[in-house]
Amino acid sequence: MEVKKEELLHIANLARLKLQDDEIEKYLLNLQDILNFANIVNKAPIEGLKETVRERDSYNVFRKDQVEEFNNIDGMIKNFPDEQDNMIRVPKVVQ
Amino acid sequence: MDITELTVHELQDKLKNKELTITEITKAYVDRINEKEKDVEAFITLTTDEAMKKADIIEKKINNREIDGDLAGIPIGIKDNMCTQGVKTTCASKMLENFVAPYNATVVEKINNENMISLGKTNMDEFAMGSSTETSYFKKTKNPWDLNRVPGGSSGGSAAAVAANMVPWALGSDTGGSIRQPAGCCGVVGLKPTYGLVSRFGLVAYASSLDQIGTFTKDVQDTAILLNVIAGHDENDSTSADIERKDYTKCLKNDVKGLKIAVPKEFFGEGINLEVKANLEKAIEKYKELGAIVEEVSLDIANYALAAYYIIACAEASSNLGRFDGIRYGYRSPKFNNLRDIYINSRSEGFGDEVKRRIILGTYVLSSGYYDAFYKKGQQVRTLVKNKFDEVFENYDIILTPTAPTTAFKIGEKSDNPLEMYLSDICTVSVNIAGLPGLSIPCGVDSNGMPVGMQLIGKRFDEGTILNAGYTYEQATKFRENYKPQFKN
Amino acid sequence: MSVEDYETVIGLEVHAELSTKTKIFCKCPTKFGASPNTQVCPICMAMPGTLPVLNEKVVEYAVKAGITTNCEIERDSKNDRKNYFYPDLPKAYQISQYDKPLCKHGYIEITVDDEKKKIGITRIHIEEDAGKLNHDDFGQGSLVDLNRAGVPLIEIVSEPDMRSSAEVDAYLKKLKAILEYIEVSDCKMQEGSFRADVNVSVRKKGDTEFGTRTEMKNMNSFRSIVRAIEYERARQVEVLENGGKIEQETLRWDDVSGRTFSMRDKEDAQDYRYFPDPDLVAIKLSEEYIQNIKNGLPELPESRKQRYLDDYKLTQKEADGLTSSKYLSNLFEEATKISNNPKAVCNWIMSDISRILNEREMEPSDIKFSGKDLAELIDLIEKGTISSSIAKKVLEKMFDDTKKPKEIIEENGWIQISDEGAIKEVVLKILEANPQSVSDYKAGKDRALGFLVGQAMKETKGKANPQMLNQMFKDELNK
Repeated sequence: MEVKKEELLHIANLARLKLQDDEIEKYLLNLQDILNFANIVNKAPIEGLKETVRERDSYNVFRKDQVEEFNNIDGMIKNFPDEQDNMIRVPKVVQ
Repeated sequence: MDITELTVHELQDKLKNKELTITEITKAYVDRINEKEKDVEAFITLTTDEAMKKADIIEKKINNREIDGDLAGIPIGIKDNMCTQGVKTTCASKMLENFVAPYNATVVEKINNENMISLGKTNMDEFAMGSSTETSYFKKTKNPWDLNRVPGGSSGGSAAAVAANMVPWALGSDTGGSIRQPAGCCGVVGLKPTYGLVSRFGLVAYASSLDQIGTFTKDVQDTAILLNVIAGHDENDSTSADIERKDYTKCLKNDVKGLKIAVPKEFFGEGINLEVKANLEKAIEKYKELGAIVEEVSLDIANYALAAYYIIACAEASSNLGRFDGIRYGYRSPKFNNLRDIYINSRSEGFGDEVKRRIILGTYVLSSGYYDAFYKKGQQVRTLVKNKFDEVFENYDIILTPTAPTTAFKIGEKSDNPLEMYLSDICTVSVNIAGLPGLSIPCGVDSNGMPVGMQLIGKRFDEGTILNAGYTYEQATKFRENYKPQFKN
Repeated sequence: MSVEDYETVIGLEVHAELSTKTKIFCKCPTKFGASPNTQVCPICMAMPGTLPVLNEKVVEYAVKAGITTNCEIERDSKNDRKNYFYPDLPKAYQISQYDKPLCKHGYIEITVDDEKKKIGITRIHIEEDAGKLNHDDFGQGSLVDLNRAGVPLIEIVSEPDMRSSAEVDAYLKKLKAILEYIEVSDCKMQEGSFRADVNVSVRKKGDTEFGTRTEMKNMNSFRSIVRAIEYERARQVEVLENGGKIEQETLRWDDVSGRTFSMRDKEDAQDYRYFPDPDLVAIKLSEEYIQNIKNGLPELPESRKQRYLDDYKLTQKEADGLTSSKYLSNLFEEATKISNNPKAVCNWIMSDISRILNEREMEPSDIKFSGKDLAELIDLIEKGTISSSIAKKVLEKMFDDTKKPKEIIEENGWIQISDEGAIKEVVLKILEANPQSVSDYKAGKDRALGFLVGQAMKETKGKANPQMLNQMFKDELNK
């Protein structure tokens, strides 16, 4: 399958990435190369096999509904790029 | 005596016999780092000053019998994708250049509980995406055997630091070979445990279903000691295995008589360097001499596994790295007029080339229209790979392969061709895909004097068997006594 | 053609916050109204390296909701990631459920205009709530508060089975009542813990295909939902009648102007890239687990309603009204345990209490007094300690603080005057002051009696026993 430029730009936009003009050509080639290789999964003898999300098939890992408050909220707030009144400031969100 | 030449179990003996003190050990490593770091560039953040202070405190506490413990005061290096409260955790990315984690990863807590002393955070490929440590935003780590060559990756800083005696051991993470491949490149021992054996809580996720924290050590005995520290169930990680604890040092029996070793012929075919192959063949002969039963088998999965690996790892990464958006922490581009600009500019400027490439690939394979053709197929291939391994393990105890198709390559040699770089992982990824434990130990050098790695793959949660096999080989061959890094320029 | 030739088709996606103590994937508390970013931790703030662990109560509550809405419970379920960027979504993905929701294929029965109808429930799944965006003082930016990020939600998706705003109203009230009864959500609409996305389309009567729908998100008042549906239905019919086409889009309902606005960022075609969350393991529910939950369920509104009809001889309307809210129904049950006048209890709840709730824009769950207090109030009237008009005043005060009816009456000196001597004194005084009314009455104008009683009530500030007053005036006038 062939990756088109518009498709690459659409995907980049979904991932919130902007590609420079010189990057677009390079990424197109890279992506095409990798996808051509990755396409061998479509030739693998996998008919009828289930999908494995992770190797260990564990299930029902739950936590009790008990409160434990985190004691270093300041350590998180210090990382805010723009803080105001304990909140994170971002440009106005149009809703 | 050069303190930094010693393994941890040797350091422990000398501490016990009062031949050495904790401050002497720490100082020796700090001096070694000061001497070698400019050549090797293994660290992103050094905490040597804090380490000296901590050594002093721990020594006093031990003398006052306030604490004890076999590992108190032993230095360690930590890959810079494990969260350390109060010390920067950058993932070698501009995105997290100034990020200070508000909490400790579970493994870091365990290290701290043992009163071990971190000397710093080691360099890596950005967000663990790479096989050469060249994609780090900050620096390129050099291979201590030849400073013109890469140390492998993504945990290249940890591997190089151990090889260069800048730390006695270090933690790394392995998603597709990121511990074993650099261990092979740097001639040290690297273990990727079974998925779920070591908690991932606090490990900055690359690919959640494949990531696993593991060890870099000078010998297998140290691997067993460090694994004892970091293994174990963690209620903060839903994928952590709730299994009985083991003492891995008790598995080291120095005996492989009757051990059934499978050698899959496909891992020795096309693309495998002949010198690598020759060294592996010598190792196989050694195992036969030691009484193991070695047989050739067929395990035709490497290409499928590599394809599935890049699909699954990139898909998960595209989602895992969404949180680096310039909003709550990390890099926020100064160039913005609206919210969209913050997202796009922060991410486009904050991530490096390889990270962006993998995010785009991952977004692509998850996007509507391609999910079934790629992601879903990748998950089915995962079942295939698992089944194929299970078949081999019905008749064998371990599987032996090269760690990588070549020894360490030259800096810059593969950085223009992503696909060729990805092929460096051809021998290791299938182990992650199947969630198995894999150990890389050095088994010789090539004509350039670069170390060759041998990979021993075990059954799930059967680290004991591969550690014993590695230990027995190591005792019989004494790689460390015969070969040492030359810091060749 | 006209509006009457069209049929409205409505489907709802209701989000209910679950009343667990902690968030869905971390140990942070979920209390409403805490100051910004004080109920957060590295997990719900999506700090690098953090991992989710599922709260067992969330599964239990969702299964309860599923059972009580006649759903099949999925024995083999999982969590999926829904990927998109928004400042209130810290991980840039919401952990939700995609193709294996915990519950599916259920229904709720509603009654509109005495007609019963089943509204299908497509699915109920668990997911996490997002944070909140506040506006800064200067209108230049938004401020992100992540206290709500990670609060557990169930999303209840209905089939497009509703045909009028009245049906929607009935469905929502029924659903809300069920969730309150089984105590999985407090359903406080003003706090956003019960809110709905409303999908509306219209089609010509007799058409079998659905029309193109529009969606109004995050509606949190019954009144607005009804108004918005009416507006949107009229708007869509008008567009079609003028030969236009309905665009599938997300709209914002504006309560002030009473109309909808388009809100979607058009350049952003969404592609959520759902995939199974590798950080979480599968959910497998055993028969035993589900049976245990079934056995532990409290009595549901339907069964209570039947009981009220049979045991208390309430009317259909009264029984419906009482059971529409667990809190009102509980108030009724508590009060009737003490009071032997269930009809009076019902009347007080359905008229005065409901009126005050309405006036004050309160939810039944906000009522501070107990059924015992209400029974006491009714008992005081029956004993003649207070008049019903005083009782209404007492009730108002019972909404204000936690004082008991007796305390309120005493504090305000509202005890009814039933002493014959005292009442006679007032009667004589009023008769003397109003000779005209006395002669009017004697001339056969009965209305004059009412006036005199009114004057006496005024004189006693409403405290005189009205029956005694009436009787005594008659006695004096007829002497």
